[in-house]
Amino acid sequence: MKILTHPTSSVDSTMMFIFVAAVLTMPIWLTPIGAAYPDLMQRFVIFGLFATGFNILFGLTGYLSFGHAAFLGIGSYTAVWSFKLLGMNPIPAAIFAVTVSGVFALVIGYISLRRSGIYFSILTLAFAQMCYAIAYSDLIGKFLGINLTNGETGLRVLADDPRMLDGVLTSGIDTSALTVNLFGLDLTHTWVWNGFQFNAGFYFCAFVLIIASYIAMRIFRSPFGLMLKAVKTNQNRLNYTGVNTKPYTLAAFVISGMYAGLAGALLCITDPLAGAERMQWTASGEVVLMVILGGMGTLMGPMLGAGIIKFSEQKFSTWGKPELHEFLAFIPDGIRDTVVSVASLFVGSGWHLTLGLVFMLIVIFLPGGIVEGGRRILMIVTGSNRRNRQIQAAAQAAE
Amino acid sequence: MDAIILQVLNGLEKGGAYALIALGLTLIFGTLGVVNFAHGALFMLGAFCAVIMRSLLTYEVATGEVEATAWGTEVAVTTPYVTQLFGEFGNTLIDWAVPVSILLTIPVMLIVGLVMERGLIRHFYKRPHAEQILVTFGLAIVLAELIKAQFGANPIPVPEPAALGGMADFSGIFGSEPGTITYPMWRFVYFLFSAFIILIVFCFLKFTTFGMVVRAGMEDRETVGLLGINIGKRFTFMFAISAMIAGLAGAMYTPIISPDYNIGMEFLVLSFVVVVVGGMGSLGGAVSAGFLLGLLQSFSAMNEVKAIIPGIDQIIIYLVAIIVLLVRPRGLMGRKGVMET
Repeated sequence: MKILTHPTSSVDSTMMFIFVAAVLTMPIWLTPIGAAYPDLMQRFVIFGLFATGFNILFGLTGYLSFGHAAFLGIGSYTAVWSFKLLGMNPIPAAIFAVTVSGVFALVIGYISLRRSGIYFSILTLAFAQMCYAIAYSDLIGKFLGINLTNGETGLRVLADDPRMLDGVLTSGIDTSALTVNLFGLDLTHTWVWNGFQFNAGFYFCAFVLIIASYIAMRIFRSPFGLMLKAVKTNQNRLNYTGVNTKPYTLAAFVISGMYAGLAGALLCITDPLAGAERMQWTASGEVVLMVILGGMGTLMGPMLGAGIIKFSEQKFSTWGKPELHEFLAFIPDGIRDTVVSVASLFVGSGWHLTLGLVFMLIVIFLPGGIVEGGRRILMIVTGSNRRNRQIQAAAQAAE
Repeated sequence: MDAIILQVLNGLEKGGAYALIALGLTLIFGTLGVVNFAHGALFMLGAFCAVIMRSLLTYEVATGEVEATAWGTEVAVTTPYVTQLFGEFGNTLIDWAVPVSILLTIPVMLIVGLVMERGLIRHFYKRPHAEQILVTFGLAIVLAELIKAQFGANPIPVPEPAALGGMADFSGIFGSEPGTITYPMWRFVYFLFSAFIILIVFCFLKFTTFGMVVRAGMEDRETVGLLGINIGKRFTFMFAISAMIAGLAGAMYTPIISPDYNIGMEFLVLSFVVVVVGGMGSLGGAVSAGFLLGLLQSFSAMNEVKAIIPGIDQIIIYLVAIIVLLVRPRGLMGRKGVMET
């Protein structure tokens, strides 16, 4: 039994303020740990957004979707089509991506939410695999006779695309290097100040993330969010009291699908290319990992999880034996070779092994994720454990 | 007509694999109430049992003789160890590596199943289904990555026995012209094998006391427990049996698709769909849905069908699953009250 705590609005604004400051100064405080290059930071932000959206469905309602990568892919394809048809401005691309993935989420959610529990997971998985197969072989495109997803090569912006809004401007100019620009501001541009890199694309994504997480926070605190939490706690009880839970869960599904679509569109900002591999079910599994690792049902957990996974992916997957030798230099020479050869299983191409193991350990021992772990440590430190238990006992007695 | 018969044959072999995996999944779900996302990984482990068996049998040692190569250097002659040991029989053993690997697969998969259930799954009986899915999903990643670390990421071809290789001519049986209905022999063998395994499992559940207790436990675990039967032990054993079925399905499938570390994941998604279509918790449903979807898939791969709707063969299973779940939410043979929440 968990007690519903209502953080006051002042706590929320403080948290939001800290969060905004942290996101905007990322290029500075990530430099010491060697993660401050624009591409990686952008991925932190985008997957943080994806995980935040997924958390609205999974964390609040408890419905475990195994097909959210489909919406990520749909968002990417829509964004690239918007680049192709309308021009390289990210704002229409983002709007279209959110709309289209929202429509898809409405259809898929309407069908999948007829069932719950394991059936729901499998249905969403089936839908995602279907979308993947359709995109990979461009089935709809073949059916209509156009090149909709461009199959396994992936969809990209070409020089002779119409680009109705800015195509006229660039028609006479060299179009070999097409980059996304926000009303003339090249989003791949990077300002360097004192060695810190401030990338335009990163800040665009960061602003989107800040707005999106503010909305997520409002959802968490709203009566709608409370209703979703009630669905997670006991859906039967809600049904017996005469509440139709379907509209609430469907709304949560559509919102999280839109977040995923938005994240997919943002992925195309630095590299206007959409490929089907983004929709594979392992990608859906990855976002589940992020949310679980950070802490499902918490506001900041998913973003934390996304950051940690993307950071360790970047670090561990590029490590090899030489780096390990350097890192483990403190171990005596005799046993170092053995240690290195064992440890090398877990880095480089074996990084997924580490990921799987960590994930299992988290699910087994700490289902609440890192946020829950932090809370427990905090409790031990401050000694508020006993007091909480008393409140809990009182709440149970009152029930 | 010939084309249709050929597609039926094609579908039977695929359906056999789906049915075997789905049968194991359903057994685990029916007995322990656990959704096992690592079942595809068990299929993959079985396939790699065949790979290991073959590499064991073809392990080469020097005979002590020396032979001159075409450009004059001398190399030691090596022959497989089993050939040295058994002579001609050793060569036959190597040729029959895949069927022989069953002898390795059965004990290995039983042990893997027992360890998995006692070490991990046992602690998740009372946890929410979402956590069961997640922890077994993590286990599937770990198992696949361990295999990748050992055997690399490339598919490893494992040939079928020469006697069962090549094409079989079924034209005579159906009264067609000779040579019109030819079909890879091994695929037909695989179908017979899967049918045989399914038959054994059903007989085991139906006609042995052990099976009877297990079926009773699936109906009402508590009452069986009250009768003084250690039902937990039997369910653990059933988990091991399910792992073994998946392993056997994988080991025998190696000549059809060269196994790599990812093969389990591909089969897992499809067999989950099969289980859902058949009806969660229904053994008969799992088997019939497996064959049904296998047949549907091979029919939709026919050129005549593809001409109407391109690429339908890749999405037909998912389409059917969605339609079935909309029309019959419990699946084809699902019972009321199973996994309703």
